[in-house]
Amino acid sequence: MSAETKEREPLFSAKNIKLVTKPLNMDNPITVQVLGICSALAVTAKLKPAIVMSISVMVVLAASNVVVSLLRNGIPQRIRIIVQLVVIATMVILVDQVLKAFVYDISKQLSVFVGLIITNCILMGRLEAFAMGNKPWPAFLDGIGNALGYGLILVIIAFFRELLGSGTLFDFRVIPQSFYDLGYKNNGLMILPPMALITVGVIIWIQRNRNRDLIEK
Amino acid sequence: MQEIFNIFIKSIFVDNMVFAYFLGMCSYLAVSKTVKTSVGLGMAVVFVLGITVPVDYLLNEYILKPGALAWAGAEFADVDLSFLSFIIFIAIIASMVQLVEMVVEKFSPSLYASLGIFLPLIAVNCAILGGSLFMQERDYQSIGQATAFGLGSGLGWFLAIVGIAAIREKIRYSNVPPALRGLGITFIITGLMGIAFMSFLGIKL
Repeated sequence: MSAETKEREPLFSAKNIKLVTKPLNMDNPITVQVLGICSALAVTAKLKPAIVMSISVMVVLAASNVVVSLLRNGIPQRIRIIVQLVVIATMVILVDQVLKAFVYDISKQLSVFVGLIITNCILMGRLEAFAMGNKPWPAFLDGIGNALGYGLILVIIAFFRELLGSGTLFDFRVIPQSFYDLGYKNNGLMILPPMALITVGVIIWIQRNRNRDLIEK
Repeated sequence: MQEIFNIFIKSIFVDNMVFAYFLGMCSYLAVSKTVKTSVGLGMAVVFVLGITVPVDYLLNEYILKPGALAWAGAEFADVDLSFLSFIIFIAIIASMVQLVEMVVEKFSPSLYASLGIFLPLIAVNCAILGGSLFMQERDYQSIGQATAFGLGSGLGWFLAIVGIAAIREKIRYSNVPPALRGLGITFIITGLMGIAFMSFLGIKL
């Protein structure tokens, strides 16, 4: 195409490392880009499904990013959404089958939300915004970075919901029995969907207080 | 008939797509800044769900389910094509949305302009695919039940987005802390609306 420089960008240059670190805070897919909210709220009642979901999204996002990036010069404008959907759907089918084979009980807990990774806005969002215009290696890093940002928020939400809602972490009892004997009760509301929304609202509040430039005018 | 009505009411209030299952949140958050655009998008979602869920039900029943292909001949009775569900459902949804887009562009160009990119984005609205996947998981017994579920889910989503848009229009004049403005307060309000909708939990007709 145009005059591409002969010297290749080092694999882990500052620019590439930024692709992985930026989505962790300043460009977080959930709290800043407002993508991937649906699944973030639905699977975070406990830590285990949240982590399995984050890993699944990471695999699908990184793989789809690379495939679409490799194909980017050959996709006709008109059908590009369909091509992206097909790539994502294929990856998700693979991941779904792997989950069903190796961690069946968690796959049942996640139920339709593994399939819903297909419509997870993070995937379409990153494919459109990044993979369609960048080389495979940066696209791969972008995928990993955004999935890590997504996973970070999921783990934070799940941590609080499971701790306060069931008194466990990873299904290990963390709040000692003595607390229960003194009258402490698990906050059942935390397990229910609305509290996940409020928890994310509070996370956004804290994040924007610490980073004033994220505040909307 | 009773069952169909039950499913319909349940899917609007109790199993509300937004408040109980968090589906369709991205467009819900992005389009709910004014009531006008919310009503337009909401109607489009009702229409798409009302058509894709019954169509996917038929596909599931006669092609995808384990043993569904028995009508084609005894040798096909063992075939299980359910792993193809994702791709087939998404294909139907994408086509329906393309159709809706063409209809809206023809009959209401102003609505088409104000919805912008969010009309084609209905194709990746988790609520639509979620509707079909829930229908498949819950194994409804007839196309009537599937249609009631589809329409009800769409209406529930419509209710949610118009509700939050109305509230967002009002709180524009309220004293929201800077860090909560916009996205943060919307999340918290949606959470409170979710708690309110939980009051429907005991309904049984």
